[in-house]
Amino acid sequence: MNRRIWRRTRSGLMVGLVGLAVVLALVPLGLILGHLLVKGAGSLDWAFFTRGPAPTGVEGGGVVHAIVGTLIIVGVASLMGLPVGIAAGIYCAEYPGTRLATATRFVADVMNGTPSIVVGVFAWTWIVAPQKHFSAFAGSVALAFLMVPMVLRTTEEMIKLVPHSLREAALALGYPRWRTSLAVVVRTTLPGIVTGSLLAVARIAGETAPLLFTALGSQFLSTRIDQPMAALPLVVFNYAIGPFEEWHRLAWATALVLILVVLVLSVAARIATRGRFTLRG
Amino acid sequence: MNGEGALAARRPLPAPDPTRPTLAPRPAAAAAPAGPALEAVDFHFAYGPGDWTLAGITLAVPPRAVTAIIGPSGCGKSTFLRAVNRMHDLMPGTRHAGELRVAGRPVYAPGTDVVALRQRVGMVFQRPNPFPKSVYDNVAYGPRLNRLVDTRDLPDLVERCLRQAALWDEVKDRLDAPATGLSGGQQQRLCIARALGNQPDLLLMDEPCSALDPIATQRVEELIFELKQDYTIVIVTHNMQQAARVSSRTAFFDLGRLVEYDETGRIFTNPAHERTEAYITGRFG
Ligand SMILES: Nc1ncnc2c1ncn2[C@@H]1O[C@H](COP(=O)(O)OP(=O)(O)OP(=O)(O)O)[C@@H](O)[C@H]1O
Ligand SMILES: [Mg+2]
Repeated sequence: MNRRIWRRTRSGLMVGLVGLAVVLALVPLGLILGHLLVKGAGSLDWAFFTRGPAPTGVEGGGVVHAIVGTLIIVGVASLMGLPVGIAAGIYCAEYPGTRLATATRFVADVMNGTPSIVVGVFAWTWIVAPQKHFSAFAGSVALAFLMVPMVLRTTEEMIKLVPHSLREAALALGYPRWRTSLAVVVRTTLPGIVTGSLLAVARIAGETAPLLFTALGSQFLSTRIDQPMAALPLVVFNYAIGPFEEWHRLAWATALVLILVVLVLSVAARIATRGRFTLRG
Repeated sequence: MNGEGALAARRPLPAPDPTRPTLAPRPAAAAAPAGPALEAVDFHFAYGPGDWTLAGITLAVPPRAVTAIIGPSGCGKSTFLRAVNRMHDLMPGTRHAGELRVAGRPVYAPGTDVVALRQRVGMVFQRPNPFPKSVYDNVAYGPRLNRLVDTRDLPDLVERCLRQAALWDEVKDRLDAPATGLSGGQQQRLCIARALGNQPDLLLMDEPCSALDPIATQRVEELIFELKQDYTIVIVTHNMQQAARVSSRTAFFDLGRLVEYDETGRIFTNPAHERTEAYITGRFG
């Protein structure tokens, strides 16, 4: 009898502690979102999404140039970074023992730990300096560089979760090795790979440092990737450190838009994982 | 034994094993032209640098017949079956020695087309491993890949395979449902159907009934009986009655060696080795 009560108390205590940890983890997130909503939501109107920046000192204006810029820079970065990262991840998972895979994995881990500003400096040295002008493309390259190791590692981890027996089943049916990899292993991990890719996109969409030396930022709506281009994080940065109250207001609103973009991508990642034929057990 | 007289009327009986001249030739044997479907000559296999897991296996499996492999757990039955379609290739560090031939062609020769070999040698694994796809796709996978039938005939083939595997009635209304949602026994029968879909010449079955209830087991045994008219089947089983019921020849493995290989009737009534007798009478294993 006594033991049962003790056991219940202990169980309740543990559940309470775990619950507390959850709350502690969620509080900062809630605070950030709440603060952004309070400070920024009021500024989100139609003009904010459809107009470019107003001249200094004039009220109003929008960030359409930065929204388009972010879409282009991140889109181009994804076009370069995702295929490379996914392909390298598949290689590392399918041929784990080879020298190339070990080396790739090591480089990816080092790159994962590299501060993004360093990547920005490299992109500046390799692309901006030789060309003698800033460009959105240089920004995309820097962001793609950040994406590759992230996507590589998630892809590899996902593929490693595929049970060995599944691979054997395909091989025993007479599937060639490469077809087994693509048709069975990659197909079953597709939701996971998509999730990893979307999360990587969300991560780099908010990167500011690599863009400072590359895409630079711009006051105009531009679609030329060989020219400087605006981006949401750059706008937040520039407005936030500016001297005007009006700029601070715009910085809050832009930050809210940025976080909403990231949120939408993350939710999309969740939905992508909810596939019908996912791995069980 | 096993109603082979009835079969003999319809088709030639399997050829006798030429490497075992001591066997009394069966009546219709002279008419059969084909050699053994599977032949091992002093075959050795090891997972690593240590001792051989399989040592000195020499046996010949006649075509269009059922051969059972029995033996205590860990004696190397699965290892042997998996060596036949080179499932061990994925594992680094494995070694082999001696000869293994399927339909007269060496399995481990440098020029062997492993993909072609595996298309001819079907396998049902000890643990069910359906693809995380629909029930239909699981069976259609092999024939689609190997272009065995016209796309129009694919549904018929799938149905036939599922019927043969005694699964059709249970899944006919949920062919589009994920195969991973089936019960363990249903998954195992689906794997049998999947192997049949590929229409292999040689079918390797590793304890196909260990997860099945008596009724499904009986259906699978009936299937095996039916299949041996066209296929060569090698079945690993822990169930002595099953081995006695379905097989015409039985191999007894122990500690990685082939202790005895003979007609099933002989093995179960009058084994030549003491180990065999001890095992089948349940005194060890
Ligand atoms: N992947 C592996 N790596 C190393 N050793 C293995 C591996 N698989 C099996 N073995 C060893 O090889 C021996 C034979 O195993 P095998 O799976 O062939 O036995 P089995 O006769 O099929 O047994 P069971 O009736 O339990 O299925 C065992 O001693 C086992 O420990
Ligand atoms: Mg086994």
